[in-house]
Amino acid sequence: MIGGLFIYNHKGEVLISRVYRDDIGRNAVDAFRVNVIHARQQVRSPVTNIARTSFFHVKRSNIWLAAVTKQNVNAAMVFEFLYKMCDVMASYFGKISEENIKNNFVLIYELLDEILDFGYPQNSETGSLKTFITQQGIKGQTKEEQSQITSQVTGQIGWRREGIKYRRNELFLDVLESVNLLMSPQGQVLSAHVSGRVVMKSYLSGMPECKFGMNDKIIIDKAGKGGVTNEAGKSTSGKQSIAIDDCTFNQCVRLSKFDSERSISFIPPDGEYELMRYRTTKDIILPFRVIPLVREVGRTKLEVKVVIKSNFKPSLLAQKIEVRIPTPLNTSGVQVICMKGKAKYKASENAIVWKIKRMAGMKESQISAEIELLPTNDKKKWARPPISMNFEVPFAPSGLKVRYLKVFESKLNYSDHDVIKWVRYIGRSGIYETRC
Amino acid sequence: MPAVSKGDGMRGLAVFISDIRNCKSKEAEIKRINKELANIRSKFKGDKALDGYSKKKYVCKLLFIFLLGHDIDFGHMEAVNLLSSNKYTEKQIGYLFISVLVNSNSDLISLINNAIKNDLSSRNPTFMNLALHCIANVGSREMAEAFAAEVPRILVAGDTMDSVKQSAALCLLRLNRTSPDLVLMGEWTARVVHLLNDQHLGVVTAATSLITTLAQKSPEDFKTSVSLAVARLSRIVSSASTDLQDYTYYFVAAPWLSVKLLRLLQCYPPPEDGAIRGRLTECLETILNKAQEPPKSKKVQHSNAKNAVLFEAISLIIHHDSEPTLLVRACNQLGQFLQHRETNLRYLALESMCTLASSEFSHEAVKTHIETVINALKSERDVSVRQRAVDLLYAMCDRSNAKQIVAEMLSYLETADYSIREEIVLKVAILAEKYAVDYTWYVDTILNLIRFAGDYVSDEVWYRVIQIVINRDEVQGYAAKTVFEALQAPACHENLVKVGGYILGEFGNLIAGDSRSSPLIQFDLLHSKFHLCSVPTRALLLSAYIKFINLFPEVKGTIQEVLRSDSQLRNADVELQQRAVEYLRLSSIASTDILATVLEEMPPFPERESSILAKLKRKKGPGNLHPDLDENRKERSANGGTADHSSTTSNAKSSPLSFVGDLLAPASTAPPTNRPRPVSSSYLLQAPLTPIPPQASAVPVLLSAGPLFQVAASPTPSTDLLGLGSTITTQNSAPPASKGTSLLVDVFSENIAAFPVETPVAVGPVADENFSRFVCKNNGVLYENQLLQIGLKSEFRQNLGRMYVFFGNKTSTQFMNFAASVVCQDTLQAQLNVHAKPADPTVDGGAQLQQILNIECMSDFVDAPVLNIQFRYGGTLQNVAVKLPITLNKFFQPTEMTSQDFFQRWKQLGAPQQEVQKIFKAKHSMDTEVTKAKIMGFGAALLDGVDPNPSNFVGAGVIHTKTTQVGCLLRLEPNTQAQMYRLTLRTSRDTVSQRLCDLLSEQF
Repeated sequence: MIGGLFIYNHKGEVLISRVYRDDIGRNAVDAFRVNVIHARQQVRSPVTNIARTSFFHVKRSNIWLAAVTKQNVNAAMVFEFLYKMCDVMASYFGKISEENIKNNFVLIYELLDEILDFGYPQNSETGSLKTFITQQGIKGQTKEEQSQITSQVTGQIGWRREGIKYRRNELFLDVLESVNLLMSPQGQVLSAHVSGRVVMKSYLSGMPECKFGMNDKIIIDKAGKGGVTNEAGKSTSGKQSIAIDDCTFNQCVRLSKFDSERSISFIPPDGEYELMRYRTTKDIILPFRVIPLVREVGRTKLEVKVVIKSNFKPSLLAQKIEVRIPTPLNTSGVQVICMKGKAKYKASENAIVWKIKRMAGMKESQISAEIELLPTNDKKKWARPPISMNFEVPFAPSGLKVRYLKVFESKLNYSDHDVIKWVRYIGRSGIYETRC
Repeated sequence: MPAVSKGDGMRGLAVFISDIRNCKSKEAEIKRINKELANIRSKFKGDKALDGYSKKKYVCKLLFIFLLGHDIDFGHMEAVNLLSSNKYTEKQIGYLFISVLVNSNSDLISLINNAIKNDLSSRNPTFMNLALHCIANVGSREMAEAFAAEVPRILVAGDTMDSVKQSAALCLLRLNRTSPDLVLMGEWTARVVHLLNDQHLGVVTAATSLITTLAQKSPEDFKTSVSLAVARLSRIVSSASTDLQDYTYYFVAAPWLSVKLLRLLQCYPPPEDGAIRGRLTECLETILNKAQEPPKSKKVQHSNAKNAVLFEAISLIIHHDSEPTLLVRACNQLGQFLQHRETNLRYLALESMCTLASSEFSHEAVKTHIETVINALKSERDVSVRQRAVDLLYAMCDRSNAKQIVAEMLSYLETADYSIREEIVLKVAILAEKYAVDYTWYVDTILNLIRFAGDYVSDEVWYRVIQIVINRDEVQGYAAKTVFEALQAPACHENLVKVGGYILGEFGNLIAGDSRSSPLIQFDLLHSKFHLCSVPTRALLLSAYIKFINLFPEVKGTIQEVLRSDSQLRNADVELQQRAVEYLRLSSIASTDILATVLEEMPPFPERESSILAKLKRKKGPGNLHPDLDENRKERSANGGTADHSSTTSNAKSSPLSFVGDLLAPASTAPPTNRPRPVSSSYLLQAPLTPIPPQASAVPVLLSAGPLFQVAASPTPSTDLLGLGSTITTQNSAPPASKGTSLLVDVFSENIAAFPVETPVAVGPVADENFSRFVCKNNGVLYENQLLQIGLKSEFRQNLGRMYVFFGNKTSTQFMNFAASVVCQDTLQAQLNVHAKPADPTVDGGAQLQQILNIECMSDFVDAPVLNIQFRYGGTLQNVAVKLPITLNKFFQPTEMTSQDFFQRWKQLGAPQQEVQKIFKAKHSMDTEVTKAKIMGFGAALLDGVDPNPSNFVGAGVIHTKTTQVGCLLRLEPNTQAQMYRLTLRTSRDTVSQRLCDLLSEQF
């Protein structure tokens, strides 16, 4: 279990220090600073073992969060907790920065008391936390209200309180995906995968029961075999289903039901939450293709030509496109010509950065650059790092489709049809690289 | 050195550095640096010429970036350009960059060398200094090659400025360190030495460092420096503190120079010239006097400088080791420091005292401080100081104070720091052994040692205690008693169990008389520790148990029960299992007599260098040891165990070994050949001591008797007790092996290979080296060379016999056309009928072939048949001939008879031709049991109580041949004083008498 939790600024000064167990001493704080934050070589592993003590850290901008333990804990659990902790803090006071943490340290200690008990993670659902941990201080609550909070927090459905009422029952559903790619110069895919999230924002009255369906292969196959006459099932049989490699769900999803019937049913928390996370590796739609061409002209000159092709429906528009072409370390001057967007040599990053605001499907664009080099006595050859790319497209590169999202509320008098539902797909680039 | 003036300051550099300092994260810093590098690259790239200032600025930035830990791979050319500038600051930055960044194999080196040369030949002292510093800082071989001739010239030139001389001297020192072969002083020597007389103290200081290094290399060349150094030293020491102006440091006159001069003097023995010597003694006395004066300042720098000179003076006194008064004074001075507040001083005092203790003049003086040192050991907080205190105690220990020191060290051991425990343990063990007057004290000390710090007691320590106990009869009883008592503690260290197991196994009988330590109690005590021990210790305990069976027959049942239990007999560890099986078998089959011989008390160990001392030497390096240790050891080894004593005991053991082999042979299913086991180390160890022909002893023992013997009689490789076997084996195994089988057989195989194939019957030299060993036994290895091993197993009844011959292929390839035939020559053909059953013509690599010979004795015979073996190995035909050990006595049938009958018959065979008598000298030790066994092995019945003299042996039997039966009486009279035997044989046939007498007399 977690023995203590520390938050440091970029200099390694301790901002927050909360120790839960006696086996963690104050010297652990310094051990992490010396061995990780101030380490000579950048520490890349998120888990560091120093003198039989394990440190799990995540970094948010310039802030280090470190969980410390002497026991053999489930590392995945600790990281899940740390991420959750970041989310909770962000929902309370916005961006996690040194300034914000210093301004809210009382609140953070209060939160830490609530979400970790003797090192065991507790309810960390922002919605329910906000009912009793507020930044304004607790105004004179009646006894009834207090007991209601207690029963709700300790009850079976800790993530949703009762008696929520909305005039308009609305539901927003976002499918957010990031597509990762490594491609050879010849255009051969070396590795590709999509990691996606289904994020929901629900404004529903009462205690509704929701059911979510998508074009997962297993669910569809099951439905087809079982002979259940589902309209949606019929229309999307076969080719459009996708194979999900692995997925995780929010705590509100009934896992037993998923295991037995492959259906995702849940009572949603109020407000924004992440319903599920998943990963796919097959049949990925790659939104862009990068074709590099690098020619070395003598020792002091390099010619680079890069073509990008968009590979999706012409009606769709990709946004925020950025191509990053690395330059050799001995670059002394760069001339760039591009047809579309803006390109610039950024010396501080050793790269040419080419930005395009918008680009429709089935188009192509190109950039060419002349790089002047300074002869060096170093005989090392330039390692030619891959060209990387960033973009945003309005569809899911994994091919995931939402088939239905049904809402049942038996006690209140609104039905599935009365709920206004919004669905949005956003595909972003993860590490999207092409070797040159 | 002119500082960078304000107007000359590089604003761009300052801005850049402050930018970097303001970076909030590493990433930001890297970004800033990348940006700056790109900027510098574009500046350097530009075709427009940069002015000196911006060049300097950018080179400076590059240097800064490099020092931050980033790689710089350009800008070298610009830095080299800076060298030719006339401005000091630009030149300085250029040199700085080059000393930091240019590696020796750069292609710019010739340009740099050129620039340096120009600067060296300029008359400007600052430029010359810069160049010299650069040479020294780079200090590469290339630099040395280029300037080794130039620098000394500058050093001794008359018109060189003092500051340049200083730099030149230090530069030369550096070059001399990196590539001494290139710096040849030769003609400059005298002038360099003369620098010690220089007016400028800075030059003298630099020169002294240089001369010290050079003098260490070639002391003869710089001998003249001694008198100059003494003169200089005396001038400094006697000067008032204000005389030397800049070189007075906190009221101490030129401390650095003094220290260096004292170091230089330590390169040489005491000066022979009386005047110089007197002057030096005077100097040293003055330094010692000054230490007594009250300090002139309370500042720590003052006392540090003063003490530095003092300690260097003391080490010079110790180095000279010739002035008793000085040594004693030094010792007293150090004694004062022992209680000083300053930890460093205490440390240094203890360290210097260690060396003082080894000097004959000051040894007694050091001893007066023993109380203080012991106190330091107990109360000191710093572990390194305590370590020195232990060293000093070790160094000052002698016969008079050994008990006190060992006791103190032992009591300290309980609380000692873990890092120095092992060393203390070794030291205690050595001191205890070295100064032991009374060995009971020694045994007590070591047992305490194991009790207090068992984990740190290395194997050598407990090996040693066992060696000493075994070699000294007077402590054996005491040791057994003490060990027994020590083992009664509920928690014993494993080393104690090892020592206990060994000593009780050997000498448990010495305390068995006491009812509190009866055999069963001893065994139960040992066995109660058994399950907590590691495998090697358990193996040792098993050996102790089998020894118990020998010592106390009454516990045999209990021990056999233990050996028989599944946890032993089916132990997962092979070693333990094998021991359990073999010991159990040995204890149930062998008679008490055989047990007694096999499990006899260990012979004394030969005296040799204490392995503990060797270990300490390894740990500390040779320098730290007492010089008189070795002599002391020699003296003890002289009065240690004598050689003849050990030879008799081991002799006794070598003979019964063959019987052990016999015993186990039928029980074993393993074939007698092809065990790739090394010859038992102990067996070889005995080889040179015994009169058995050496080749016989080099042959491995039959069957599993090999391993059995290894464990029973002496250590196996795995528990190589006391590490004795291994070392001696290597010394002794070579000669018998080469003299014996292998060489001999090599000669044969070549000879035989030369024989034409068509005459296979032609018998070459016949191998019979093992022949005599088979007279008294029927099984064993008859012959062995690199390719082939021949084992025998035979049985005889009346006039018939059957012999199983095993041919073992020791190689990995097949023997082809294998054929073995028995040839009986001439007269033997009529006397002996040998029929060989045909065998397979091929023997696979590593496999065995069995051939059965049926033998019939027609009448008495003298010769032995020859076994001819032919086979093809690789491409060559191999031919081996071996004499088969079929002797007349094999057809002996023992006859029991009473004393009366015997003498009646004896008289009947009174005819002179019927009696054969032989008097011969004993070749082996005269052990009764062995002799009995041999006579029985010979085939005759051994008759007890026949001869009036109980030490005589009497035997009777009948030799069966097909034609006749020959009655046979024998009498063997040993004379222990003269080591002689008289053997008398009376048979009804004279040839038989003669033959039997010849055969039997060879056996003793």
